[in-house]
Amino acid sequence: MNLLDFITRLLAATLAMGTSLTYATLGEVYTEKTGILNLGMEGTMLMGALAGFATAFNTGNLLLALLMSMLVGALLSLIHAFLCITMRANQVVAGLAITMFGTGLANFLGQRLGPATNNFNLTGMNIANKFSNIAIPGLSGIPIIGALFDVSLLTYALYAILPFSWFFMYKTKHGMVVRAVGENPRTAAAMGISVTKIRYLYTLIGGMFAGLGGACLSLSFIPSWNEGMTGGKGWIVIALVIFSTWNPGRVVIGTLVFGGITSLQFSLQAAGLKMVIPSQFLGFSPYLITLVVLTAMTIINQKKKGSFASPSALGVSFAIDDK
Amino acid sequence: MRLGLEKRDYRSTRMTVLVPIVSLLISFLLGAIVLAISNVNPLQTYGAMLKGAFGSQTKIQYTIAKTIPLLLCGLAVGIAFRLKFWNIGAEGQYVAGVIGITWVMQFWTFLPNMLLLPVGMLIGVLCGAFWGGIPGALKAQWSVDETLTTLMMNYIIIGYAEYLYINAWKAPRGNMGTVRYPEFAWLPRIWGRVHSGIYFALILVVILWFVLYKTRWGFELNMIGKNRRAAQCQGVSIKRNIILAMLVSGGIAGLAGVIDSAAVTHQLTKGVNSGYGFTGIIIAWMSGLNPFVSIMVALIMAALETGSDALQLMKLPAAMGEVMQGLILIPLLAGSIFTEYKLVTHTSHKEATV
Repeated sequence: MNLLDFITRLLAATLAMGTSLTYATLGEVYTEKTGILNLGMEGTMLMGALAGFATAFNTGNLLLALLMSMLVGALLSLIHAFLCITMRANQVVAGLAITMFGTGLANFLGQRLGPATNNFNLTGMNIANKFSNIAIPGLSGIPIIGALFDVSLLTYALYAILPFSWFFMYKTKHGMVVRAVGENPRTAAAMGISVTKIRYLYTLIGGMFAGLGGACLSLSFIPSWNEGMTGGKGWIVIALVIFSTWNPGRVVIGTLVFGGITSLQFSLQAAGLKMVIPSQFLGFSPYLITLVVLTAMTIINQKKKGSFASPSALGVSFAIDDK
Repeated sequence: MRLGLEKRDYRSTRMTVLVPIVSLLISFLLGAIVLAISNVNPLQTYGAMLKGAFGSQTKIQYTIAKTIPLLLCGLAVGIAFRLKFWNIGAEGQYVAGVIGITWVMQFWTFLPNMLLLPVGMLIGVLCGAFWGGIPGALKAQWSVDETLTTLMMNYIIIGYAEYLYINAWKAPRGNMGTVRYPEFAWLPRIWGRVHSGIYFALILVVILWFVLYKTRWGFELNMIGKNRRAAQCQGVSIKRNIILAMLVSGGIAGLAGVIDSAAVTHQLTKGVNSGYGFTGIIIAWMSGLNPFVSIMVALIMAALETGSDALQLMKLPAAMGEVMQGLILIPLLAGSIFTEYKLVTHTSHKEATV
């Protein structure tokens, strides 16, 4: 296999792996922009993966499957929003509760929503329709870049969603409102913005994207249901948000790098190359890199007020009548 | 007239006790609804779980054995939470402890047999403390967000542990897991499955209670958690206390790993990231960071785990235990607001002044 081929294949694998991460990371960026930290991503993605797969398995309708995964993601985030915004609960603990509950519930339902012949288990079942790659004739033949034009519909959709998200957040009035709520809720409230409403809305949107990210896994990447199939991707998402410096436009950089690192392991193995670095080291490298990047960013921000900062009110509950 | 919240002048003691108990009941009720909707008999399932956790002597022993690491993890998390340091890295600090003791058991064979276990335990605890100390230092020195650092460090050490038991330290036979610790270096059992680790856990509960409620250091930690600025004005060193608290917190989580591997697993292998560290967060939070209450909560969590193992044998969905563990926190988090706020009805007169 020549190098050009290898890179093209690596990019294709990276895009497949990165799609799920990109949706969920984008969702978490939206949520965190308004000042709400949702550590429930892992549980929400898994619930999304389950909802998508179970719907596709029982109805065969992929569009319905996507809608269900988004709905379930939004519902799970609604609990988070209610706890953190209305009940002013600790966001870290609330997020962990969502992850534990979501993971448990998804695994539980996975043992209930399957066919009776399989003891109601969904594991090991196949779905008739899935999101397959669609090659654009001509463009997909180009070495390397061709990989960009031989992806699933879910990935194509991102080509539009990503630039739009950036434009929305930084160039529209509503995007400014979102940022204001996350940076300084008190001022935002004084300007007549309903902090509660905005925070609820974007926590729900974040959950929808996370659900979608999960569905990418169970409907396109590896069309199947397995307990705990997100395998910690929801936590990588939390890392990727930092890596993107809370800018929806930069989300894709992180997901490509980390999707690439993961795919590299498989690609090298598939190419029969002996690994110099143990695969486990590659496995935890995203977390290590995030740790270093986060520390460096925090230090730089302290030296000079930089643009890497997290939303100032991130993780802080807000009530208009608090003194 | 409409409902509103008003801040209480003092934290309500009655609510502090009432809210966790009511939350527990609500979560079991919610769990029953989940079961009923998915066509499983709730009473039968809860009955099976109860039997699986406490139905016989052996089952009680299993549940208690599971309570030990859970309790220690709850204590570990609780200390950090006291000064509002959100250590969600107990899982990783636990794994660091297991790596530490395994290292000694594998390579410190020059030690006299008698010393292998104590030295191994000490090194394990130090490893846990080190792994907890890093995020502590990063927070103290540069205020790097601890939620994220502790989270990342979990997955770094879990990946490293995997490398050790699959590659570097793999026993010659089998495809994963280290060589078992020599039998003379196991923590002895005292009652069936229940091992002497329980002494460590219970003694630590008493020590921590004393330190946290009766000493100056405990007072300082509380003060930092409640009002950082006031603590600073009193001359309390925040940096020093954050690092110290995280060393202790990581050390205790490490101890949990050390004890569980010296008494139960006897090796470093798959499953070392048992989730005890994450469950410890639920335990710390539910117990209101009180060491004595933690014993009770840890027992409930352990019972949920052993109880759901029993479900698997009866072909009932075993994941119900996981559902319950997450579910327990939700009403509790929602209800906690009533310890600091009270529900008031705004009369129309008051509304006019708002």
